[in-house]
Amino acid sequence: MADHSDGTPAGSHAVARAGRSDVEKFQDPGLAPHRLRLADTDPRAAKRAERQVAILFGVSVVGTLLFFIAYFGVRLDDTIATLRLQNLLLGLGVAFAMLGIGTGIVHWARALMPDHEVSEERHEIRTERDRVAAQRIVEDVLEETGIKRRPLIRNTLIGALALAPLPAIAVFRDLGPLPGNALRHTMWKEGTRLVRDPTGTPIKASDVTIGSAFHVIPDGLNELEHGKLEEKAKAVVLLMRLNPESLNPSPGRENWGYNGIVAYSKICTHVGCPVALYEQQTHHLLCPCHQSTFDLTQECKVIFGPANRPLPQLPIKVDSEGYLVAQSDFHEPVGPSFWERG
Amino acid sequence: MSTATESTYRPATKVGRVTDFVDQRVGGSPILREFGRKVFPDHWSFMFGEVALYTFVILLLTGTFLTFFFDPSMAETTYAGSYVPLKGVDMSVAYSSSLNISFDIRGGLFMRQVHHWSALLFVASVAVHMLRVFFTGAFRKPRELNWVVGGTLVILSLAAGFTGYSLPDDLLSGNGLRIIDGVVKSIPIVGSYISFFLFGGEFPGSAIIGRLYVLHILLIPAIILLMIAIHLFMVVVHKHTQYPGPGRNDGNVVGYPLGPVYAAKAGGFFFIVFGVVALMAAAFTINPIWNYGPYDPSPVSAGTQPDWYIGWVDGALRLMPGWLFGFPLEWHIPLPWGVNTLSLNVLLPALVPAGIVFTVLFAYPWIERWITKDDREHHVLDRPRNAPTRTAIGMAGFTFYCVMWAAASSDLVATHFHVSLNDVTYWLRALFFIGPVIAYAVTKRIALALQRKDREIALHGRETGRIVRLPHGEFIEVHAQVDDYKRYKLVGFESPEPLPEIVNSDGKVTQAEKLRARLSRVFFEDRVAPATPAELEASHAHGDHEIAESENLKEVAH
Ligand code: HEM
Ligand code: FES
Repeated sequence: MADHSDGTPAGSHAVARAGRSDVEKFQDPGLAPHRLRLADTDPRAAKRAERQVAILFGVSVVGTLLFFIAYFGVRLDDTIATLRLQNLLLGLGVAFAMLGIGTGIVHWARALMPDHEVSEERHEIRTERDRVAAQRIVEDVLEETGIKRRPLIRNTLIGALALAPLPAIAVFRDLGPLPGNALRHTMWKEGTRLVRDPTGTPIKASDVTIGSAFHVIPDGLNELEHGKLEEKAKAVVLLMRLNPESLNPSPGRENWGYNGIVAYSKICTHVGCPVALYEQQTHHLLCPCHQSTFDLTQECKVIFGPANRPLPQLPIKVDSEGYLVAQSDFHEPVGPSFWERG
Repeated sequence: MSTATESTYRPATKVGRVTDFVDQRVGGSPILREFGRKVFPDHWSFMFGEVALYTFVILLLTGTFLTFFFDPSMAETTYAGSYVPLKGVDMSVAYSSSLNISFDIRGGLFMRQVHHWSALLFVASVAVHMLRVFFTGAFRKPRELNWVVGGTLVILSLAAGFTGYSLPDDLLSGNGLRIIDGVVKSIPIVGSYISFFLFGGEFPGSAIIGRLYVLHILLIPAIILLMIAIHLFMVVVHKHTQYPGPGRNDGNVVGYPLGPVYAAKAGGFFFIVFGVVALMAAAFTINPIWNYGPYDPSPVSAGTQPDWYIGWVDGALRLMPGWLFGFPLEWHIPLPWGVNTLSLNVLLPALVPAGIVFTVLFAYPWIERWITKDDREHHVLDRPRNAPTRTAIGMAGFTFYCVMWAAASSDLVATHFHVSLNDVTYWLRALFFIGPVIAYAVTKRIALALQRKDREIALHGRETGRIVRLPHGEFIEVHAQVDDYKRYKLVGFESPEPLPEIVNSDGKVTQAEKLRARLSRVFFEDRVAPATPAELEASHAHGDHEIAESENLKEVAH
C-alpha cells in the first residue's frame, strides 16, 4: 500500500512563487478528512449495493439474450423497415449487455471498494547523477568514433545518407501515368451530339424551351468500355436556354450558342464539384460545394464565392436533323486550375 | 536465484499459487509492484483520453469485422443485392459490397454504424482531450514530448477518419475525393503529377479505393497504435497530473490505487462507452449510403455535409473569395517557358489555416516556456482561470477553428435562418479575423473576473442568499466562510509577475529578449494575486458588519 501521507508541501521544491515568501501564503492543510460512505457503516446499505450490482449484471445477460433474439428472430426481407427493426434490437441488446457490465462494475467500485485517496511521492524521472553519466557516455561514444576530427568521413557519410533514400521515393513513380495532355481534352469534338444524362437520348433544339435546363453528356459516353467515369468527370455539361437578348457574348463567341441555347461545363472551376443548381430567375449557376456563383448572362463569370474563373463554354450548333451537337471541344481545360494550365 | 534447490516460499491461496507460478517463470513481480497499486488522480476531465482509447479499441474490433466482407475493388458491377431501389444499377464493387454489408449480412448495418459513430466520437474525444491538456497546462515540463505525440495523434485520427469515409465509394465520399483532387491539383509545379499518381491516372480512376484501403486498415491504425503505446508509456513515466487542492503538490500524486478501484472504474467505463456507442448505432442512422447512390461525377445534392472533423478545412475553402476587391486570386505567371497558374484561392485556404493551427499547436509548450523562462516540472494542473492569458489564447484558437467549421455549414445556416447565403459568408469572413481577437479579450476578462470571485470567496466566504437585519437596522447578506480545505483550493495557485529583460553574458539585451519581455508583460501584467493569510485576518478584523457562518451550519440551515 502506498503510504497515507497527507501530502504536505514540505518536500516540494516547486511550489515557491515568484516574489512571495512562504509567510504570505496559506499553508496547505493537507488532505481533507476521509468521509465514510453509507455502505461503510451500514451493512444493510452494503448488502443493498451488492444486490444492485448483481441486478445490473443481470441486465447485461438479458441484453445478450435480446441480441440473439433479434439476430435469429427477425427475418430480413426486402423492406428497409425490417432492417431498421433488426438494427434497433441488435443495438439495444449490445447496449444493455455492455451498459449492464459497465455500470455494474463502476457501481461496485464506488459503493463497495475502498475509497481512500492515497498519496504517493513523485520521483525525479532521472537523478542528476544518472543524467550526468548518460551525457558522458554519449559524448565518449561520439568522441571514440572520431567523427568530429575526421570531416572527410562525416561529409561522405552525410552525402551517402542523403542519397540512399531516393530510390525509395523513385520506386513510387509507377503509381500512375504522367498527366501529359489528358487534362486539356475531353470527349467533345466537332459533331458530337449532346445527349441527356444519364439516359443518352439526343436533344433537339426545339425541345429546349426558354428557361429550361438539361444535364448533358456527350453521345457515346455510356457505351465506353473503359474510362467512362474519367471521361464523364470532364465532359458533363449544363444546357440552358435564355432569351437571346439577355446573353452578352464577347467578340468571337457570338455564334457559340444557338437561339439563346448555351452549353457550359458543369465542372466547377474551384475544385471540381458539379455545378448542379440553376436558378432560373436570376440566371445564376450555383455550386453546392462552396457556393461559387456564376452568372449565365455574363458568360458564367464568377459573381460570388471561391472560384476564380468562369465556367468554360462548349460551342454548339444544330445538325441537319435538328439535334444539338458540339462545334468543337472546349477551348480551354475544364475544372480546377493546375500549374501547367497557363 | 536460480539454484537447484527448491523454492521455499509456498503461497497459501490458490490465486497466490498461480501468481507465484507465473512469477517464477517470467518474473512479473516488479511490474505488479509498479502497477498493482499505482496511484491515479481522478477527475471527470481525465475521462476524455480514456474515451479516445476505448473508441479506438471499438474501431479495431468493428473494423476487423468489416474487412471480412468489404471488397475495395473499383471494378464495375451490376447491383443484385436486396436493396430494391438500386437493383440493376451499375456501380463499383466497393459500393456494392458496402450495400451488401448493410442489407444482406445480419448485424452488418449495426457494425457499420458502430464503426462510424465510434470514429466520430474518437476524433471528438481526441480533440476534447487535447483541449483539456492545453487549458490545464498539462503540456508543461516534463510532458512536452507527450504533447507532441498527442498532436501527431490528432493528425493521424483525421487521416484515419477521412480514408475510411471514402471507402464505400458512394456519391458523397466520391465528391469528397473530387474536392481533394481539386486541391491537390492547385499545388504549384507538382500538383497534377501528384493527382495522377494518387488516382493512378485521371480522376477518379480505378486505384484510389484500394490505396485508401491499405492506408485505412493497415498503415494508419498501426501508427496510431504505436503512438498510443508511446503516449501511455510516457503517462506512466511522468505519472498523471492532478488538479490543485489540499494535500496535492508537485511532489506527490494523490488519487486512487490502480487495483482495485481505479482499474474497476476505468475498465467499467470501457463497457459504458461501448454501450453508449451501441445505443447511438441502434437508434440513429449514420451515413445511409444507399440513399446517396454510387459515385457519379455529374449529380450532387445540396446541403450534404462532410464528417464533422473535415468541416473546418471545407469551411476555409468556402470562406476564401476567388476575387478580392476586383483583384484576382488566381495568378497567371509568365515564365520563360510559358505561363504557369498559381491558384491562391485554393492553395491558401487549404494550407494556411491548418498550417497555423498545427504549427502553433506543436510549438506551444516551447513558446510558453520561452516567454515564462519556467524550467520547473509541473505536476499540479492550472485551473484555466488561473492562467488567464493561456486560456485566452486557447479560446482564440478555438474560435478560429469554429468559424471555419461554421462556414462549412453556411448554406444550412442561411436556409435555416432565412438569411442570404452571401451575407452569412461576409459575416463569417469578418469573424475569421475578428472572432479570435474578441474571444481573446472576452476570455481574459472572464478568467480575471473568476479569479476575483475566488478571492472574494476565500476572504469573505460564500453568499448564502440569506438576508438578515442587524440590530441597528441595516440589512446584510449572510456569508458562509469556507473551510480550510476549500479555501486552499481557491488560494493555492501561482501568480507569476512579468519577467523583465535579462542581460545576456555579453552584457547586452538582445532583440529576442526584448520581445520575450514584452510577451511576458502581455502574459502576466493583468493578474489577480491569490489571497493571503494576512488579508484573511484583516478581513475578519473589520468584518464585524458581516455575520460569518461555518459551512456546516449553512448545511444545517438548508
Ligand atoms: C488517439 C488519441 C489519444 C488517446 C487514445 C489518448 C489517451 C490518453 C490517456 C488514456 C491519457 C491518460 C488520461 C488522461 O489524461 O486523459 C492521456 C494523457 C495525455 N495525453 Fe492523450 N490521448 C490521445 C490523444 C492526445 C492528444 C491529441 C494530445 C495533445 C495534443 C494528448 C496529450 C496528452 C498528454 C500531454 C497527456 C498527459 C496528461 C496528464 O498527465 O495530465 N493526447 N492520453
Ligand atoms: S467546387 Fe464549386 S465552389 Fe468549390
